[in-house]
Amino acid sequence: MASLDDLKKRISSVKSTQKITKAMKMVAAAKLRRAQESAEKGRPYSDKMNNIILNLSGGISDIENAPKLLSGTGEDKIHLCVVMTSDRGLCGGFNTNIIKKAKLYFQKILDEGKTLKIITVGTKGYDQLKRVYGDNIIERISFKDSKNVNYFDADKVGKTVIEKFENKEFDVCVIFYNQFKNVITQIPQEQQIIPLKTTDEETNSSDDNYEFEPEEDEILSNLLPKNISTQIFKAMLENSASEQGSRMSAMDNATRNAGEMVDKLTIEYNRSRQAAITKELIEIISGAESL
Amino acid sequence: MSEEYSLEIVNPEKSFLLKDDVTEVVVPAYEGEIGILKDHISIISFLKPGIIKVFSKSGDDSYYVNDGIIEFKNNNLSILTSLILNLKDIDKGKISEIQKSAEEELGNSEISDQEKYLLDQKIEVLKSIN
Repeated sequence: MASLDDLKKRISSVKSTQKITKAMKMVAAAKLRRAQESAEKGRPYSDKMNNIILNLSGGISDIENAPKLLSGTGEDKIHLCVVMTSDRGLCGGFNTNIIKKAKLYFQKILDEGKTLKIITVGTKGYDQLKRVYGDNIIERISFKDSKNVNYFDADKVGKTVIEKFENKEFDVCVIFYNQFKNVITQIPQEQQIIPLKTTDEETNSSDDNYEFEPEEDEILSNLLPKNISTQIFKAMLENSASEQGSRMSAMDNATRNAGEMVDKLTIEYNRSRQAAITKELIEIISGAESL
Repeated sequence: MSEEYSLEIVNPEKSFLLKDDVTEVVVPAYEGEIGILKDHISIISFLKPGIIKVFSKSGDDSYYVNDGIIEFKNNNLSILTSLILNLKDIDKGKISEIQKSAEEELGNSEISDQEKYLLDQKIEVLKSIN
């Protein structure tokens, strides 16, 4: 059995860890509220954008000449995956879940004999991917310096992607991020952004007659790059809310675990102290008897 | 008959403005300014840097926008923009900052004519505000 001193030290160290995790939980909870708010506020923009594009793409008669960002290059050989993770750790399974999802996809791509290229956003993703897929990573982006998620960061990522697309460096682009459902649940998502997947374009567009100024094609070719930045921005917002939520529940668990551990150690400490006292008493009594 | 329709301005961070008593909106569309009244035909257009003027029952407002897309449909006008500033509480410092970065970009020789045109526009508008 550990000595009393050792137990005392362990109890105090667990207690101070508990303090840290508790503080982190509080911070995460405060940040979560803000992140969740901005994720919700950001939704109208991306929804509207999506709507307009749906309306537009429904109106396009000549698919052959549609902008490449919409229709794709016509090939399916090189896949670019944008894996969005956090810059900080201690957030439970947040990063691992995204990476797991991404790795499944990577394996599928490689099994089909296609080329895989990866852009990592956030340092944690890079750390986890560099060992196995180090050669596939063509770029790593991190926004460690910017405090809040902002559109201009997302725009940077978007521009990088578009530039690579225009240089014909890839055919299909998929982004990976965690969608925020609630504090306990975050769903890892894969979303294809190039070529744009329009699921229900037929349903709501046919009877609208829009006037376009300038021409449809020109609007589309201007709008699509913006849409990519918007989608990435949305993913970043969802991600940051998820990160804080995930961290909050992870830290909550850690705090509770530490509490349990302190209780257990305290009982052990009390027992061994009592044992020591009893032992001393027995020694005194048997000493007195032998006289 | 009421002459009002609803206007929504959103930027990526939030829904910037929501009004349902708008009588006219003048937007700096790519090929010239457009004034939109009630029952305008459905339209989608782009914005170039400029001033949006909103006339409504509850007062008139002007905003500076960097770029954007407008959609008008069923008497709902949506404006999507990445940067929008209310001219009333505009910060002179910020304006000069944007102007400066635009001028710097203009100095870059590798930009296309279209971008040049947009930047020229931007600087002109910013100058007029300042």
